[in-house]
Amino acid sequence: MQIALDHDRIFGALGDATRRDIVRRAIDGTEGVAELAAHYPMSFAAVQKHVAILERAGLVSKHRNGRQKLVRTNIAGLRVARRLLDQYEELWRERVERMHQLISDSPKEADR
Amino acid sequence: MTVIAIRKDPHSRTMTLEAEFEASPERVWQLWADPRQLERWWGPPTYPATVDAHDLRPGGRVEYHMTGPEGDQPRGFWDVEEVEPPNRIVFQDGFANEDGTPSTELPMTTARVAIQAIGGGKTRMSIESEFPTVEAMEQLAAMGMEEGLRQAVGQIDSILAEDPVGAR
Repeated sequence: MQIALDHDRIFGALGDATRRDIVRRAIDGTEGVAELAAHYPMSFAAVQKHVAILERAGLVSKHRNGRQKLVRTNIAGLRVARRLLDQYEELWRERVERMHQLISDSPKEADR
Repeated sequence: MTVIAIRKDPHSRTMTLEAEFEASPERVWQLWADPRQLERWWGPPTYPATVDAHDLRPGGRVEYHMTGPEGDQPRGFWDVEEVEPPNRIVFQDGFANEDGTPSTELPMTTARVAIQAIGGGKTRMSIESEFPTVEAMEQLAAMGMEEGLRQAVGQIDSILAEDPVGAR
């Protein structure tokens, strides 16, 4: 399945330390906005706003559990953000492997 | 294991890789400073690189082309900003047009290379790649780089499997 997400929103949403922390905490999906708000020295409304930004970016979603709405991290959304950096990781990993081969193939040159 | 650490920070749009080599900093430096060695690792096996110009000085430029399986020849360049042999290189890593002029459409990434002796005859090399914008990251990702890389990974695996040193 192709995930069509707004990359600008994702990176914008992750550009705030509180929001990154919310994304980490919400991986288990056991807390609602009120419980999340208790972790931060800021108002419920402020935390609610952060959650709304994360929701719009597709990074978290809310799930009903009885009378409570739990905030849960959308792992697929996070993956999209990392995918772009993953490609570069792969590029450089392979380059470094080739460097390693070059050095191992020519021990004499190292002493020159 | 050559690559010892990878850090990816979506917020600052950077990827940092650290590697260790059983060699001196001078030897690792040669991988960058000698164009014949550079072309043996820069491109994937399906797109080997040929270095056309190699002026590794602040303000200098390194130019290369790669040759694909269909004979296609993508070109690229580095605009060199800082050079401190054998410890440090900073350059802008860009794509070039067919005539070798820098592409105005494709973004450049900033590469910072640090090479340090860590004792025991070993050397640590770190490479930090920084993307200017999210758009730039997307654009580079969309260039089909991924496919080419996946092929390259498969080829390297088979090369390593045949390699007598690796097999020991």
